[in-house]
Amino acid sequence: MVKAIGIKKKRRASRGERALDITICAILFVLSLIFLYPLWQVIVASVSDPNVVMKKAGMILFPEGWQVDSYKIVFDNRNIKSGFANTVLYMLAGTGFQYLITLISGFSMSKKNAMLNKPLLFFMMFTMYFGGGLIPTYLLLNKIGLMNNWLVLILPHGVNVWNIIIMRTHMQSIPDSLSEAAYIDGANDASILFKIIFPLSGAVSAVLILFTAVSYWNMWFEPMIYLTERNKYPLQSILREILINNDSNMLTGGLRNTQHIRQMKNQSFQTLVKYANIVVSTVPILVVYPFLQKYFIKGMLVGSLKG
Amino acid sequence: MLHRLRLDMRRNRIAYLFAVPAVVLLIIFSYIPMYDIVIAFKDYKPTLGVFGSPWVGLQHFRDFFGSIFAGQTIRNTLLISAYSFVFGFPLPILLALMLNEVRFPKYKRVVQTVSYMPYFISTVVVCGILKEFLAYNGLVSTLVNNLFGAAKQNYLSNARYFRTIIIASDIWQSVGWNSIIYLAALSSIDLELYDSAKIDGAGRFRQIVHVTLPGILPTVIVLMILTVGSILAVETDKILLLYTPLTYETGDVIGTFIYRRGIKNAQHSYSTAIGLMNTLVNLLLLFLVNMFSKKTTGESLW
Repeated sequence: MVKAIGIKKKRRASRGERALDITICAILFVLSLIFLYPLWQVIVASVSDPNVVMKKAGMILFPEGWQVDSYKIVFDNRNIKSGFANTVLYMLAGTGFQYLITLISGFSMSKKNAMLNKPLLFFMMFTMYFGGGLIPTYLLLNKIGLMNNWLVLILPHGVNVWNIIIMRTHMQSIPDSLSEAAYIDGANDASILFKIIFPLSGAVSAVLILFTAVSYWNMWFEPMIYLTERNKYPLQSILREILINNDSNMLTGGLRNTQHIRQMKNQSFQTLVKYANIVVSTVPILVVYPFLQKYFIKGMLVGSLKG
Repeated sequence: MLHRLRLDMRRNRIAYLFAVPAVVLLIIFSYIPMYDIVIAFKDYKPTLGVFGSPWVGLQHFRDFFGSIFAGQTIRNTLLISAYSFVFGFPLPILLALMLNEVRFPKYKRVVQTVSYMPYFISTVVVCGILKEFLAYNGLVSTLVNNLFGAAKQNYLSNARYFRTIIIASDIWQSVGWNSIIYLAALSSIDLELYDSAKIDGAGRFRQIVHVTLPGILPTVIVLMILTVGSILAVETDKILLLYTPLTYETGDVIGTFIYRRGIKNAQHSYSTAIGLMNTLVNLLLLFLVNMFSKKTTGESLW
């Protein structure tokens, strides 16, 4: 009798647990669909027949009809091409510059016996909590002639105090014995940094570089207020003109193919071309991020540990 | 003292040299604009410069608080922050707890990767998608029309829905990403605690209540305090991309107001004053919250 109750209890508990498992897996499945669906709709619609898409207007689960002219137009769009090229340039220059500054100043501040270490740290950290704000910065960059010069996107972002502190913390965790041996052999600080510390900073560097690169990829506000010529715009600023401001010149971007010009007169086809723009500018990142995610996660945890 | 400093400078001269670029850049791009904040108390004219422009004292602050914009922008800023906190803060915790209970590692990994995906879509593209989906003939309007028979409308130009759209899309983009930190906290809970709970006869529900939740509580508290400390610092990117004069009523926050007045209307002094006020209040909040946190939890920023 007692035994029977025990078994019954156990079975009930396990049934409850199975229900819990199933419920959680089901909720997570639905959530995954919610994360994926918006982009799926965009992808599917971008290759569908514009007239069917317009008539249906609701959810489209699979392509309705088929055309890839929307993509041909995107790849012909000289604005998209120049936007991509500019983004790559700004990303490489900005990330490289910021990383170099982070590396050398992180090293400088990691020296435990340097007397100016504390004042330097305060000098840097102060800017994290207090700053001039949008307008004084805007006026200054205007005054020193950086307006409409792409360096306006690079120079003010050279110092990233947060990254410098993470770099400093990492460098301080490297055992002193390594550099001491090199000092005895007559090495100076420069060779210590580049020959000993730098090779040991691969993982932290990857994380910091990745985060800076992403912030350059996403940048649209500063190009909008500081760059006046459209041919200097990075991809996100071009996309803003196309997707948010409905700039049809940006959308067509010097189209010459007469058939495409005729197609673009159709309002719903224009929407599909917008979708194609979204896909072309987003899918490269989405293909790459699953392979890099462990670095992103590491970076996020490093950042939060400091905070 | 001076002698020691000179010795120190000589010994570490290369290391100090390495700090020079950062110091120079900070002086130019951070400390000079900091000094230029004085135009908040002047009537700045580009031709007269920061020095030459006449002083006006607190005139700009009085103008702002005397206008209808003060109430509107401060209210919108606080409401967007508060709603994001109420809805956005618990969801990553829930997601992490659910992921933690999944017993199929592959399924868990796939769901996690999928949940990070929206975070890697750029803000401009997310807003572009929102604009299409929320348009008069867009996905949402059509679905709501078909399912509930509500009249079609452009949801983005309806002030009633603006804050909901901003907050919901923010949550969609960041919930997976923000769950990472809780997952890390969950994985650092000692497995022996679960074993002893099992021996004591606790089922999975009771293990969650008595082991898992107390295990991540410190992380939850620290993040909660940080979020409260930045309640006036609303992210303006999405609002700038999506708002229109039709939705200023519910969507215009302090940051967007500063941009509009300062850069579009060139009211430099006026918007610098509002910016200064905003920065100071943020700083004060951060200090207070940090002090509170230090006293109650022992955790602090500095």
